[in-house]
Amino acid sequence: MIWDWNFTLEILPVLAHAAIVSVEATLIGFVLAATLGLVLAVVRIAIPRTGWTISVLVELIRSTPLLIQIFFIYFVFPKFGLVLDAFTAGVLAIGIHYAAYCSEVYRAGFDNIHRGQWEASIALNLSAWTTFRDIIIPQAVPPIVPALGNYLVALFKETPLLSAIAVMELMQTAKIIGSETFRYTEPITLVGLFFLAMSLVSAALIRTLERMLNQRATR
Amino acid sequence: MGIGTLVAMLAIALAVIGILATQQAYSLFLPGLLQGAVLTIEIAILGSLLAVIMGVLAALARLYGPAPLRWLATVYVEIFRGTSALVQLFWLFFVLPQFGVSLDPFPVAVLALGLNVGAYGSEVVRGAILSVARGQWEGCTALNMSRAQMLRRVILPQAFVAMIPPWGNLFIELLKSTSLVSLITLSDLAFKAQQMNQNTFKTLPIFTLVLLMYLVMSLVLTIGMRLLERRASAGLARGKAA
Repeated sequence: MIWDWNFTLEILPVLAHAAIVSVEATLIGFVLAATLGLVLAVVRIAIPRTGWTISVLVELIRSTPLLIQIFFIYFVFPKFGLVLDAFTAGVLAIGIHYAAYCSEVYRAGFDNIHRGQWEASIALNLSAWTTFRDIIIPQAVPPIVPALGNYLVALFKETPLLSAIAVMELMQTAKIIGSETFRYTEPITLVGLFFLAMSLVSAALIRTLERMLNQRATR
Repeated sequence: MGIGTLVAMLAIALAVIGILATQQAYSLFLPGLLQGAVLTIEIAILGSLLAVIMGVLAALARLYGPAPLRWLATVYVEIFRGTSALVQLFWLFFVLPQFGVSLDPFPVAVLALGLNVGAYGSEVVRGAILSVARGQWEGCTALNMSRAQMLRRVILPQAFVAMIPPWGNLFIELLKSTSLVSLITLSDLAFKAQQMNQNTFKTLPIFTLVLLMYLVMSLVLTIGMRLLERRASAGLARGKAA
């Protein structure tokens, strides 16, 4: 018998528990990525002559594998006295990696703001902070929400990498079940199905969101 | 980012590797890491080939295939885009043998990465084909071409130009994903790094070199794709002017 339903039911609660860790890592990682990405994009505009440095930084982060970045933070940072536990190190790496991608998304959003909006803000003597908070960000962010959503899904699909530094998320739990029972079929297939279900649901959500935002924009 | 900046970054990265190689603490690890890098490049090239083949096949099947083929392609794309690359890798590595199909780690790695990126690639190909103007199809019909002729002679050459930049991004993704194969015991660059790290605990030199080496490979790939794009679109511009 290739597929054992009793075994499946037995491991389901264990995997469900691990799924919580995966989702936690995703959410914390994404909050980090979205915030840091916004900071990078704003700094690029607000402080002159930082554009080039940030471009190079983003290119560096995007050109190297996330797995190596996770290892770097987990293994190298302690040499400089910053000891992080596996979960924190992993989430930090994921957050920074996706911040690089998110900052480009925000940049596209800011680029779409008409020049006149900036000029009007200067004419009204608004401070840089008020301009960003009340004029630019409310116009720039809604159109890019679907793009950010796609990165949320992509980030979620990267969380199995945390198993490489033994964070007890879905993949690691499935692997441990596999090595204890010598049955890999059920745990790994279940993990795959879980990711598939989450991706399909979130893709549908993003499409709905996109439609809602488009309606609001055309009104 | 301009091609000049990319070339400058590449030069700096190579220079840094060169300078570090003169230090004994770093040069010690270089031969082993280079060995790993060769395997990384092999997997990346074979995986990219498979990805392109799967991407084109799946896109053509979804656009012009008969219904069963269309569904098959859709299921393929949804499954490989919907689950994580690492899950696919582990599934092929651990689960496939239970169905009697035992593959070596190397073909598993090429298969998993190629199929994964191919699924994303099929959307790129599909989008590029759909972006070719309707009039081109109508012109072909007026010239009494068969569907295969239309695709081969008129549509795909134009779609090709639109495909280059997104494929470039996908190749970079694939190159970075090759680091995952270290988790199924293939001794690629990432695997060598971890192995050396566990043996020597010289964490900083090892991972610094590894990051630089991946950076060099990505930059070479990016620059190559930029040049290809420039050449391909130069031809197109001439065609338009004529």
